Amino acid sequence: MTHLPDPCLPVGALSGSWERVRDGLPSIRPEKKDGLKIVVVGAGLSGSSVSATLAEQGYRVTLITYHDSPRRAHSVAAQGGINAARPIRDSGLDGIDELFKDTLRGGDFRAREASCRRLAEISSSIIDQCVAQGVPFAREYSGELATRRFGGALLSRTFYARGQTGQQLLYGAYQSLMRQVANKRVELLPHRDVIELIKVNGVVRGVISRNLLNGELEAHKANAVILATGGYSNVYFLSTNSIKSNASVIWRAHRQGAFFANPCFTQIHPTCIPSGDDFQSKLTLMSESLRNDGRIWLPKKAHDERNPSNIPEIDRDYFLERLYPSYGNMVPRDVASRRAKELCDSGFGVGVGGRSIYLDLRDAILMQGSDVIKSKYGNLLEMYERIVGEDPYLMPMRIYPAPHYTMGGLWVDYNLMSNLPGLFVLGEANCTVHGANRLGANALLQCLGDGYFIAPYSIAAWLATQTFTSNWKQIDNACKDALSTARNRIDGLIKVNGEVPVDNFHRELGDIMIKRCGISRNKNDLRTGLNEVKTLQNKFHSQVRIPPLENSPNPELEKAMRVADFLELAQLILVDAHSREESCGAHFREEYQSAEGEAVRDDKHFAHIAAWEYVEGGKSIKHLENLTFKEFPPSTRCYQ
Amino acid sequence: MIKRISLTLRIWRQESHCSEGKFEDYFMKDLSTNLSLLEALDKLNHQLIVKGQRPVNFDHDCREGICGSCGFLVNGQAHGPQNATTCCQLYLRKLQDESTLTLEPWRTKTFPIIQDLVVDRSSLDRLIVSGGFCSVDTGKVPDANEFKVSQQQAFSAFQTATCIGCGACIASCRNSSASLFTAAKIAHLGQLPQGQLSRLKRAQAMNKQMFIEGFGSCSNNLDCEASCPKEISANWISWMNNEVRQYKKDFS
Ligand SMILES: Cc1cc2nc3c(=O)[nH]c(=O)nc-3n(C[C@H](O)[C@H](O)[C@H](O)COP(=O)(O)OP(=O)(O)OC[C@H]3O[C@@H](n4cnc5c(N)ncnc54)[C@H](O)[C@@H]3O)c2cc1C
Ligand code: FES
Repeated sequence: MTHLPDPCLPVGALSGSWERVRDGLPSIRPEKKDGLKIVVVGAGLSGSSVSATLAEQGYRVTLITYHDSPRRAHSVAAQGGINAARPIRDSGLDGIDELFKDTLRGGDFRAREASCRRLAEISSSIIDQCVAQGVPFAREYSGELATRRFGGALLSRTFYARGQTGQQLLYGAYQSLMRQVANKRVELLPHRDVIELIKVNGVVRGVISRNLLNGELEAHKANAVILATGGYSNVYFLSTNSIKSNASVIWRAHRQGAFFANPCFTQIHPTCIPSGDDFQSKLTLMSESLRNDGRIWLPKKAHDERNPSNIPEIDRDYFLERLYPSYGNMVPRDVASRRAKELCDSGFGVGVGGRSIYLDLRDAILMQGSDVIKSKYGNLLEMYERIVGEDPYLMPMRIYPAPHYTMGGLWVDYNLMSNLPGLFVLGEANCTVHGANRLGANALLQCLGDGYFIAPYSIAAWLATQTFTSNWKQIDNACKDALSTARNRIDGLIKVNGEVPVDNFHRELGDIMIKRCGISRNKNDLRTGLNEVKTLQNKFHSQVRIPPLENSPNPELEKAMRVADFLELAQLILVDAHSREESCGAHFREEYQSAEGEAVRDDKHFAHIAAWEYVEGGKSIKHLENLTFKEFPPSTRCYQ
Repeated sequence: MIKRISLTLRIWRQESHCSEGKFEDYFMKDLSTNLSLLEALDKLNHQLIVKGQRPVNFDHDCREGICGSCGFLVNGQAHGPQNATTCCQLYLRKLQDESTLTLEPWRTKTFPIIQDLVVDRSSLDRLIVSGGFCSVDTGKVPDANEFKVSQQQAFSAFQTATCIGCGACIASCRNSSASLFTAAKIAHLGQLPQGQLSRLKRAQAMNKQMFIEGFGSCSNNLDCEASCPKEISANWISWMNNEVRQYKKDFS
């Protein structure tokens, strides 16, 4: 059994602690940097931003992504916006404290206080950076940056570019990255799936990739490896994530010894286009920003099948406004999702199978005019119309919660390094600031904070302490081992040659996970779920069919490798959810709720990060990192 | 009630860049009109895999019209018949029952075919590498509100910045010109105060790269604008040409 390393939290006053830590970190002589190679896996916001920054500083960077271009990373799909501390009018406050507290409270006190504080403190430099790159944020009449409100916040501090904020931020980072490609500081390797890590004497020294065009396996040696591969919501099959988003690299790292933290902290987003058809491949998000102007309601009568336009005001239940008078439609995601599910479970739902609620823009259009609404949400509303075939300016939208974001991820210390030396993890793939529930518009912030302003310093500090004495022979042997592990996995999967396509297993896994470990969870379901996943996993390894294409593209093999990893990860998620006997944030255990149906946290026993260690063929071991709160003691979340 | 239709999909099948390709017909019935065209292809692939045949390869990822991965010709039209819509957002309710859809890859020599409907669009990345960025280093930037940008200016820059790099404009142009793609980037940055530094140089460098990559020149047929899923205006091409002329005046 390995021990959980020191999380390296700063000492002393919380405020300004990151600046103090940063300024005290060892640095590297510029001439030495050129000899150091860093492999980055993933070109989303976190991967692109860290690659560009490290390259500017003089390191040699190799960036690997499975897309044909970094511009297609899943970050491109983020809609609503990015948070940053904003001075509060007429108060003399800079807004940092408020963002820090909202982040910690939003995560239901299951994140590190120091990391949340740092996120808030660096937030405004992130906006400065993006603006300088040419990100066309929305503006006020005065020409200054505009903001809007997001769920879980009483302040307006979300910066946005219509409903395409992620796209614009990603293009900013992508363009900075391409500038370094032009300078020959970044080697870009698209069309490659990373499928294994290379470890030498316990230190991570590279990765193995599979070339998706010709099937070749390639070894990439490095002085440090950064994983920025995004979240694992696709374990639920139907989610708001891009189809290829996956957990493979972090899962492979976990199998090689990296601890997996809080895997059961998965977020369900309240406002997505619901599912309907058998071959439906994803659930599309309708940004939370719509809750600024849209009102959520259901008919007061169960099984009311009237056309919504014919349901008069007195027969409508604006349930979030009713239950939460101060936050109203803007309560955090977990709260909104749970209330929606409960009402649908009791027969009040509308649409296919009664699995939808209404999100209605009628009143906002009456008050502000459809032009104003169009200027705020035009592209989202067009997307809704294309997918559903109904006009949201005339009919309320039908929405339902869907898996969206994963707060869990590889365990990292305050410096974003995993317990495997040399392996850094950034963005949605790690578990740093979002605790048990991510606040809307904080993910983009965290990705860019990790990539532009944290990792470049902490990696330099780590590299400065390393001598890299392992000889080339050892590294070559480690590469050979990793290559043969990867080769055996692939051959094993193709050899099954059963009759069932990969998607069938993935869809079935998703059904199990959403039913047993979705919006709400309980002991029995989690146990049953675990057995169901194990059975499915056995079926997968004896019945899957993958076309035996060796030296050419083979998208079915790509999918199969991802699903094989999801089947293993799913079990850890269930085990973690089972062992966390409290309700917190997005993790709602039915056994632990108040008479009013609100989550009941157990700070005495569960104020910790659960970091799981992989055990080959045995039960995973749970390590606890206890969380302490100096400046903002845990309180019960209250949004009434 | 879910409506169902049947379709004949005539799909270009080609093993690799060096092999020859041909059309194959696949008849599909009982398709719910709530499926997207790509979901219909998923369903076809399911059937092909079960039959032991090679599934159809097509690029995709977000399936919400934003990543720019998907893209092929549907009956000769880039992304198909629906205005301002990528093919992942084309739903079967927009198609005629019992019709035939011909699906083929972008056809231009600057996008070599990889397999079936998938092409190599790395030339677009190289266009960005040639100058499609603002030259700022991390952390060495002024306060965001030092740049004042009017609402109109911000919105106009945003509109050009929405290009998803799918390549439809190039595939629809009889000259295979990348003028709309390039103009969109030059206009995005050139309209903002942050992009003023090296504005003309950027325009010149990106135009030179278009030529090096072998993209054709623009002859104002406007098929690019018509096929752009983000409705970027071809007027930006003349704007770009002006910038290049200006560069030549200033720097030669
Ligand atoms: C629809 C949607 C809307 C959202 N809206 C918002 C919002 O408004 N505000 C907000 O703050 N957050 C939002 N989020 C969350 C946010 O977008 C993500 O958390 C964030 O973009 C993740 O970025 P990332 O850099 O961690 O990874 P990603 O952007 O997911 O990138 C992952 C990268 O890793 C690569 N990769 C993965 N696996 C491999 C492998 N095996 N081999 C090689 N490469 C690999 C991929 O190619 C990709 O380049 C939204 C999320 C979704 C799904
Ligand atoms: S799949 Fe992303 S734009 Fe179509």
